Amino acid sequence: MDSPATYLHWGFILISVPNLLVIAGMLVLFAVALVAPFPHGAEADDGRH
Amino acid sequence: MNKSIAETQEEYYRGVRMVPYDLLKELVLALVGVGVLTVGLAVIFSSPDVPPVTIAAWAQNDPADFVTTATGELAGATTSAGYGNPYNTNGPGQAWGPIAPQKWFGTRIPIDSASTFVIQPLQRASLGNADLGTAVTAWQAAKPDQQTTWLDAYTKALAGATVKDGKVSVAAGDYGPLPVMMSSLLGVAQSGGLDGLLVINGRFYQTDYTQALVFMGDGGYLAGLAAQAKLTGSQWGMMNETGSYPGQTWLWLYTMWYQVFPFNSSSGMIGLNAGNADLGIIILMTVLTGALALVPLIPILRDIPRWLPIHRLIWRSYYASKRTTA
Amino acid sequence: MDATKPLIAPAPVSDKPQSWTLRVRQMIDRGLPIDHLLPDRQPYYVGSWVYVFGVVTIAALAWVIVSGVVLSFMGPQWWHDSGVGRFFNSLHYWSVQLFFIFMVLHLWGQYFMAGWRHGRAATWMIGVVIFGISILTAFTGYLSQQNFDAQFIALNAKDAMNGAGIGAFFNVLNFGQMYGLHVMLLPIGVTFLVVVHIVMVRMRGVVKPIDAEGTAR
Repeated sequence: MDSPATYLHWGFILISVPNLLVIAGMLVLFAVALVAPFPHGAEADDGRH
Repeated sequence: MNKSIAETQEEYYRGVRMVPYDLLKELVLALVGVGVLTVGLAVIFSSPDVPPVTIAAWAQNDPADFVTTATGELAGATTSAGYGNPYNTNGPGQAWGPIAPQKWFGTRIPIDSASTFVIQPLQRASLGNADLGTAVTAWQAAKPDQQTTWLDAYTKALAGATVKDGKVSVAAGDYGPLPVMMSSLLGVAQSGGLDGLLVINGRFYQTDYTQALVFMGDGGYLAGLAAQAKLTGSQWGMMNETGSYPGQTWLWLYTMWYQVFPFNSSSGMIGLNAGNADLGIIILMTVLTGALALVPLIPILRDIPRWLPIHRLIWRSYYASKRTTA
Repeated sequence: MDATKPLIAPAPVSDKPQSWTLRVRQMIDRGLPIDHLLPDRQPYYVGSWVYVFGVVTIAALAWVIVSGVVLSFMGPQWWHDSGVGRFFNSLHYWSVQLFFIFMVLHLWGQYFMAGWRHGRAATWMIGVVIFGISILTAFTGYLSQQNFDAQFIALNAKDAMNGAGIGAFFNVLNFGQMYGLHVMLLPIGVTFLVVVHIVMVRMRGVVKPIDAEGTAR
């Protein structure tokens, strides 16, 4: 991990691969959180509001 | 009397179906889950720790750059010498029209480059070194015109300097006491003595590294290492970390501005350019951060969530149930 | 006198009691009764993984603080010289990465849910302030590393600070100042604001879906 990172260069954007992985990972994680089904425990409503 | 917030919450949720939800269990699961993730990452990847550069390392690995920088300090030609506040008043600092905070707050961290980085260390080092003492005295006694003549000649000669056994040699010429002074300073630096002198600075306990760091910043050695590690401002450096570690991705917007017009241009526009980029970008980021905080009050920005269908994904079961009961 | 509750004034009490203690207790009862602070039910629409980003941010912060306490107990040079120290530094480094990742995901989620609606604007604003102070805390942390990264960050950042005038008071090259801010003042600030943020969320409850019934917008 101490060797220099690989950098990607598009136009004025210069980004390291590790940073790109973090950002891409965040976008993926957000998208998954949006669509993944959420376990609803008891659907019961005991009438208390 | 106003309704209490607790009462308004009862009203807010009237008619809303409530389901069991264990907040504390969720917190404990989060603590354990994040803990496992943190320990795992720490065990697998460790963390970066590139050792700091010392003035000794600089003087040993690039003596010509060291001597050139030290000469520049005497000549008042280095970045720190002409910086302006808070170090001195030799430069105007950054300004955007009438906005010039760098000047407003005064010289609160005084640095006289020639004296701090060259003369004072040499005066200390001349205790027990008669030749050096003579050279420094000769330098102090010379008229400014004479000093400038020597400096100009020596600076020009340094461009073609050769390095052998850690010593810097230049073509023959009239440089006054400069060669003796610089050779002594180089020797002190290579031994680690200059790190000590600039950090301790006559005190004993010390936690302020300003002088030693500013001196190193005036040279090319540390900057060269930083450029290799892609840490400099023009390389999106604020986001980056040494080695292959992720850096500070959350600073992407801050560092981005340094790469774009007008902050990457010498001419720029509306008075903003590369010369006052730091000031301009701090002002810009302050405005943008303020806007982020005030999103609830800003039209369009606060309406975008309504226009985008992302909330329809998050609350899809709610909207589905409303459709079936409508 | 109500013998079962000897610590509390006998009911009824006047609208404006003279006791400051009583007034504060009534204010808390009105604003955040214990079953609002620790409810065991939530509206059924709290059913998306996006809601989890807030609590995992808190979890990451807890690990940042725990690892930070160990590092500060042993002093700023320990982790350079000791394998165990390096491990705790790694815990601190990675929990900080996770903290920012989850905090930003939480921000995205709250933005797309327009979580500031129905009287929750202040909660959003406090959240942005926490974000800003966290960045400052991380910044002073990077400056406290006493390695090459810290050196160059300091040298580079000083120009921004000086250009804006704050460099005269906030000297990034002054390790002592940066370290003190990092281990004490700023963590206290972040923790305090996080507590306020959570209390505000619990006082008002989770915001309703956009265009939900019984709401203006």
